[in-house]
Amino acid sequence: MAIKEIEQDLLRPPQPPGPMRWIRENLFSGFINSILTVLLFPAIIYLLYQISKWVLFGANWQAVSQFPMLFAVGQYPRDQIWRVGFIFSGLMFMLGISWGRWGGLLKSIALAAGSFLLLIAVLPVQHPQLDMTMRIYLGSTILLILVGYLIGNNTRLKNAIIIAGWFVIPIIGIVLLAGFEASERIPPVQTTLWGGLLVTFLLAAGGIILSFPLGVALAFGRRSDLPVVSGFSTVFIEVIRGVPLVTILFMFSIILALFLPVESRIDRLVRALMAVTVFSAAYSAENVRGGLQSVPLGQIEAAKALGMGKLHTTVFIVLPQALRAVLPAIVGQFISLFKDTTLVVIIGINDFLGIGRSIINSDPEFVQMRTEVYIFMAVVYWIFSYLMSLASRRIESAMGIESNL
Amino acid sequence: MASQKTDTTAIPFYRDERILKIIAQIVSTVVIFGFLIWAVANFLKAADARNMELSFGFLKEAAGFPISNPPIEYEAGMTYGRAFVVGLMNTLLISGVGVVAATIIGTLVALARLSSNWLLSRMALVFIEFHRNIPLLVLLFIWYFVVFSFVPPVKESLVWPGPTFINKRGVYITWPRLTEAGSTFLILSIIGIIAAVIVFIILRRRRKYTGKNTYYMPISIVLVLIFCVSGWFLSGGSPFQLDIPFLKGFNYQGGLRLTPEFSGMFLSLSLYTAAFIAEVVRGGIQAVNKGQIEAARAVGLNQLQVLSLVVMPQALRIIIPPMISQYLNLTKNSSLALAIGFQEVFAIGKITINQAGRAVPVFGLIMITYLSLSLLTSFILNIYNRRIQFVVR
Repeated sequence: MAIKEIEQDLLRPPQPPGPMRWIRENLFSGFINSILTVLLFPAIIYLLYQISKWVLFGANWQAVSQFPMLFAVGQYPRDQIWRVGFIFSGLMFMLGISWGRWGGLLKSIALAAGSFLLLIAVLPVQHPQLDMTMRIYLGSTILLILVGYLIGNNTRLKNAIIIAGWFVIPIIGIVLLAGFEASERIPPVQTTLWGGLLVTFLLAAGGIILSFPLGVALAFGRRSDLPVVSGFSTVFIEVIRGVPLVTILFMFSIILALFLPVESRIDRLVRALMAVTVFSAAYSAENVRGGLQSVPLGQIEAAKALGMGKLHTTVFIVLPQALRAVLPAIVGQFISLFKDTTLVVIIGINDFLGIGRSIINSDPEFVQMRTEVYIFMAVVYWIFSYLMSLASRRIESAMGIESNL
Repeated sequence: MASQKTDTTAIPFYRDERILKIIAQIVSTVVIFGFLIWAVANFLKAADARNMELSFGFLKEAAGFPISNPPIEYEAGMTYGRAFVVGLMNTLLISGVGVVAATIIGTLVALARLSSNWLLSRMALVFIEFHRNIPLLVLLFIWYFVVFSFVPPVKESLVWPGPTFINKRGVYITWPRLTEAGSTFLILSIIGIIAAVIVFIILRRRRKYTGKNTYYMPISIVLVLIFCVSGWFLSGGSPFQLDIPFLKGFNYQGGLRLTPEFSGMFLSLSLYTAAFIAEVVRGGIQAVNKGQIEAARAVGLNQLQVLSLVVMPQALRIIIPPMISQYLNLTKNSSLALAIGFQEVFAIGKITINQAGRAVPVFGLIMITYLSLSLLTSFILNIYNRRIQFVVR
């Protein structure tokens, strides 16, 4: 009997450590550790107290709360704002459909977006820009997400159509935002009026979507056995990686026009997008090249043995393995692209950061609130990049890739 | 065997890989060069129409703009070339100081992150996640427009130990300056250091081949000390003089002055890069096999020896390559100083374009500068990298 008890005791899995044991092991495991804890703990408490006191009582958030629309879309004409709302709803609808079809990470994103919209829609404050129309719009967008979910979940919509939707809606969106020359209903809106998060996301998303294929092409170009192609790709990649993004931005905003026919004019925002794309493509190319090198030669030989042509081998054998291997690096590149879009402020484009700066400079009263505005912007940027890195970690673990950091 | 005849039907030329290759070669050449020629032709036409000058002659013309706190002598009347050199010095200065600070802070944060103390490790994590997810430009604006705007005016300067005075005009640090008698000391010290390095290398090599302890470390330290002390006495009087900042009129004089622009750029750049370096260092240290540490302990090495002889040499191999790219990133990111008016190469270039026109030569100069900095750094560090990589026998 007694022996059996002991045996059972030994066989029992180790118990998770209790709170006291956890504290002893992680905070007071030695003399130096104990001193550190004793010194750090009050310091952290004091810091947190001061920060929360300032956020709740000391800070004046007026400069932020007064202009939610300015931060969102910049100077975009207010009577034309429905266009932005239309595109936003369209994207949310696509998000809902994708959630219904694939779930997983998209579910978290959709739920987070939906609850954020709900939170704003029912916010119990009086705000001129949060009137009934706005609240109804937000509510119907939430409904759209849910409808999308049901469609994605219950219908036999082809995956290809959903993916195509993700490409078509932004393109329709940009055309709609720009407007039509001849139209009275949808007059053209100069890109100088576009601003805020709209421009930040436009640059980031546009840059990601355009730079990736360009990067893949450059990576193949660099490995090509045509000397002109590989030489051109190599020089292109190395020159762009060797100079700062500011240089590229100025190149595209000042110098590019000199190398094009005199009569051609490229829009300012498009030039910025081109600069961001080209910059990011050079870095993506190096990442992809690393992936291409990691694909074992045997894979290519096996594909050849099966009678696959060069194109098929590349598309179906080499590229999937290469991209999978370097996915963490590619997502990391996208995150830094998102952060790098702030640099367009330097060439005078009013992205999210630019709007914040112009609000501060618009009124001496707001100059006093610059701390609040900058902290607000830092928090917004932080949330988006943190979400991206969180998403990348989720994708990595789902695909069984170990990040090397 | 011999009777087997190969199929002699010729492959059509559009399926013959050898011919296809040649065609691809020609097409790609025509497309790429055609595009380049088209662009250059457009440019020449535009240059002709606008009467643009493409020479670098403007570098000898007088630049009308001032540069605050130049590292070498500069006045508004000096040439554009001189202004450009000043900008280059500023870039090198901020990158050099930034690299050193970022490395030190990053390593400390990485060690804190690996600490067995939960609080310390979490604080390091907060530091890393905070800096990694905020755009550098936002961080720079926070330091320069927010933190430095709360610094008191000159009359009410903050006094930190040193004494260091911090006010709206900048940071004034007490700095040991070489006196005139100090040159003897300086020369002798340099000779001493060179001699010590030579002795160090020779003795260490001897130990490597003979296995006998040659005490290379203490000998070379003593050598440096001997030269320094004799230099101190030979120079007659103290070779250094403490240059203490003092209030004169409305401003501080003397000491080492760091402008708010420099300080803001320096702080944001080094903290931002430190967060990335911390992750690199942590990754490198964690990648060292645990068995290596246990084995080192088992043969009787103490904690310090384990770290310096077993962990670090292996971790460095993993750390160095990503570290190189972080250093290069820092150097390139220093161009953001343009946004707050710290006059490094890019800012000077931009002023030159605004004043003297000639966008193309100035841009060429800027790009060549950054490219050669990048190439030089990666060249030097690659040599080092090659030396410490595994030698596979």
